[in-house]
This record gives sequence, structure tokens and C-alpha cells, in this order.
Amino acid sequence: MNKVVNQKAWFFVLPVVLLVAFNAIIPLMTVVNFSVQETFGDNVFFWAGLQWFEDVLNSERFHAALLRSLLFTGLVLLIEIPLGLIIALSMPRRGPWVSVCLVLMALPLLIPWNVVGAMWNIMALPDIGLLGRGINALGIEYNYTRQPFGAWFTVILMDVWHWTSLVVLLCYAGLVSIPDAYYQAAKFDGARPWAVFRYIQLPKLKYVLTIAILLRFMDSFMIYTEVVVLTGGGPGNATTFLSIDLVKAALGQFDLGPAAAMSLIYFLIILLLSWLFYTLMMRNEAR
Amino acid sequence: MTARSEAPAVGIVTAQRVRTGPTFRARYLIPAIYIVGLLLPIYWLLNMSFKTTNEILGSFTLWPQNFTLENYEKIFIDPTWYMGYVNSLTYVVINTVLSVSVALPAAYAFSRYRFLGDKHLFFWLLTNRMAPPAVFALPFLQLYSAVGLFDTPWAVALAHTLFNIPLAVWILEGFMSGVPKELDETAYVDGYSFWRFFFRIFMPTIAAGIGVACFFCFMFSWVELLLAKTLTSVEAKPIAATMTRTASTSGYELGLLAAAGSLTLIPGAFVIYFVRNYIAKGFALGRV
Repeated sequence: MNKVVNQKAWFFVLPVVLLVAFNAIIPLMTVVNFSVQETFGDNVFFWAGLQWFEDVLNSERFHAALLRSLLFTGLVLLIEIPLGLIIALSMPRRGPWVSVCLVLMALPLLIPWNVVGAMWNIMALPDIGLLGRGINALGIEYNYTRQPFGAWFTVILMDVWHWTSLVVLLCYAGLVSIPDAYYQAAKFDGARPWAVFRYIQLPKLKYVLTIAILLRFMDSFMIYTEVVVLTGGGPGNATTFLSIDLVKAALGQFDLGPAAAMSLIYFLIILLLSWLFYTLMMRNEAR
Repeated sequence: MTARSEAPAVGIVTAQRVRTGPTFRARYLIPAIYIVGLLLPIYWLLNMSFKTTNEILGSFTLWPQNFTLENYEKIFIDPTWYMGYVNSLTYVVINTVLSVSVALPAAYAFSRYRFLGDKHLFFWLLTNRMAPPAVFALPFLQLYSAVGLFDTPWAVALAHTLFNIPLAVWILEGFMSGVPKELDETAYVDGYSFWRFFFRIFMPTIAAGIGVACFFCFMFSWVELLLAKTLTSVEAKPIAATMTRTASTSGYELGLLAAAGSLTLIPGAFVIYFVRNYIAKGFALGRV
């Protein structure tokens, strides 16, 4: 759509800019402020320069948490994207069942995150949970509060349960937007199902898959509440992801300087990715 | 039937030619199994909520043997519990109304005009959707304490606009860009003023988009806990925080916790019903 140049449009965006700036810029400046100062309490601050950044970037704890976050995000993407795609491809395209399917699938997305954690806690408890009891009945020893592997398994299963539907809904939206004429043409040419997928559906899904991958990347990289409720970051530090470590440092130990430096590094990683996201999207839209 | 059940994995062509009655396709098993998997933990939560504490801790039963409403009763009698729901819904509704009403004109500007710095502004808004709440928890606490809004629903509602406004602008811009510009021009030729056009013609045209944007604001504000918990203490404590505190202080009252959790499913299920026909398009941010 060719847009008209109109500087008065700024008046329309002004309320949004003011509200978001109040919420984003003031707190961000607070963080920046903390990140370059040292304090011994009583609101007395000393200039600390880039010391905190160096400390954080060199600390084992930060590396470990970053690695755990990256591993978690990678695993989650590897499972949820193909699974979501397969489910969306095999769903009915029309008929009364479509709405039922969509509503039921969207249900996990609307559950408060701590309830998701509590729910999986109850579900996975080795003695009274359906999942925990079930796995132990199969003869596999499973206790997510003691075994790091068990904890990872449970956290990933929970995330797959919680968020795969987002991928399904996105892919489904992409699939129903493909005109029937495309499929008819493919049928005339005698295209095999794989060819239909590769040359008709996948290109049309490229845009929604971009959104899906990047939304899932951001949100799994920021995961906090569900994991805290389920495992509390344990056993030991096995499931202490970046955000959990950050909240422990900032609200738990009040290590304001290092926590602020860590926040900024964390935010910069996400910012870099969102820039990538945005560029990809805009290129897609320009086509 | 035999021939049809062998339909290829992507059998859309057959799907539209065969319209006689419901037909079973093997591939429908995949979403069916997935949905059963989704419902299992929810069932288990409901199951727990109808059990007595003794039954939960004493035995493993697939459905409640001594069906009880005791857990729900406790929640509806004790004001610290039921006020949690009222508080949560209060800030969620304030947030939804606020976010969508300021996002509407902004989205219109982004979809119709070019202006100085528009692309950068749009990107800056989006970065806030990506900001991890963990980064902002402590600064928010200081900010809202300083302006005297700490422990009010307004603090949480305003804090949640950080990620809900960008989202609402994004979704609405997607839906608005789908409306041809000729609509605006025709209205001006017909002598409509801008605001009359906006309220009388444009908003009804994108009603579905507004509904979807409201749904998403409701959803993300309803499910968020970290900021909501940090910004409140007693007066405006959200239900989610009540739940975590109960779990940690007065031992593990699983039945009560399960009942409280089950009740948090209701608002979500309720709003989802209204947008069921637009939900897929909504998740694609109105751009498919």
C-alpha cells in the first residue's frame, strides 16, 4: 500500500510513545545506572565503570546459566516446530470440528504461568502424579526433584505441552490462507503429497514459520515462572536458566550492580535477535 | 470408506470433493492424540481439586473416590482467596482497555501514513515485546513505589502495557493494512470528518481485529506473574501470587491449590469462546 507522508501522524502515536517510554526508558536507565556503580547500602553509590560487565562476562555462573538457556531453547525449538507443523498439516481444514480443535488447543496458552508450573508439579510427582506414577510403573526410575535428567525431561515436556499449540495455530492460519486453486493445479499435474508440501505449502508457510520460530525463541529464552514453580531451578542448579539466575541475584541477594550488568547483557542478546526477526519480517512483507 | 482412509497426508483435494457426511481419515488421529495429551494434565488438576487432602496423600486414584467441594468452598468463603481473582481481573481489564484504546490511533497512523522515524519507532515498540520481565522487575518496583502506585491494580495494569501495547499495535496494524485505502477516501469524499469516519466506519470494519487484540492483551496480562507479584503486596495481590504464597507457607495443600488453579482456567476459556473464529488469524498477527 502506498502511504502518504503526513507528519501529523505523530499525534496519533504520541499516547503510545509516552506510555511505553514511561515503562521502558525510565526502568532501563535505572538498570544502566546500577550497572556502572558500586553500593554499600544507604543509597551511597560509587562509580564502578565497566567492572560489573567484566565480572559477569567472566563468571562461571553466567556462562553456565547462558548455556542452559541456549540448550533449553534449542531443544524446545527442535521439538515444537516440527511437531506443530505436523499437527497443523493433519488437521481438518473445514467443518464443525475445526473450531472445537482450535479452542481446545489454545486452552494451555491461557493458563497463568504459575498454574502451568503447579499443574505439572501435581502431574509429575512420583507418588501421586499421573505422569510420575506412570513412568515409575514402567520400571524407569523417575523423580524430577532429585534427578537433573528427570527435571530437564519434565521442564521440556511442560513447555511442549504449553506452547506447541502456538506453532499449530500459526501454521494452521498459514495453511487455510492457501487458495484451493493451488491444490487443484497440483492435482492436474499429478503432484505427489511431498511435492505439494514442498512447493505449495512450505513456501506459503515461510512467513508464519518465521514468526513461530522467533516468538518461541524469545519466549523460551525468557522462561521464568513455570520453571521456578516446577523445579525452583533445581535440583542443584540443573534448571537455573538465565532469567531465574537474574531474579535470584537482583531480588534475592540484592547484588544490584552485577544483576544490572547481567540484565543488560541478557537484553542485548534478545535485542540482537529481535532485530534479526524484524529484518526478516520486513523483507518478507516487501515481497 | 476404504479408498478414502488411504487419503494422502495432505489430502485437501479429496477433502473438498467428498462432502457426503463425516468421513474418517487416519491423519485426524494426530490432532486427536495431541488434544488428549493436552487435556490430561488439565484433567489431573480437576481430579485433584475434587479430592480430600487425605485421599490425595493417602492413595493413588484415577478419579475422586470421596467427591468433595470443600476446596472450592474454602476459596469462595475466604476473602484473601476470592479477592485474588477480583484483583487479577481488575488489572487485566484496565490493561486491556488502556492498551487497545491507545494502540488504535497509533496502528492507524502506522498503516496509513509515513512520518519521520516511523520504521525506527515501530521497531523500538517491538523490542519492548521482547524485553524479559526479569530485567524490569526491580526497576519497576522502584518506579511504581516512587509514583505512589505500588500495590494498586494500576501499577500492574500500567506495567503490563510495556509488552501489550506493542503487541496490540502490531496486531491492529496487520488487520488495518488489510482494509483498502479507498474506504477512507470514499468516506472523506462523502463529507465524513476524520473521527466520525474512524468511529462509525473504520472501527466496525476491523471489529474482528479489535476483538483479537483485546483477546491477546487479556491473555498476556492474565498469564503474567513475575511483574504482577513484584508490584503488589496485600491490597492488590493477584490470584497467582496468593497461590504461590499458600503453597510455600501453610504446607502443601494440594487440593486447595488445584481448586484455585482450576478456577483460573475459566476466564481464559470464556474469552477464547468469543474469538474462536479469528483465533488462527489472530495468532498470525492479522497478516495471513
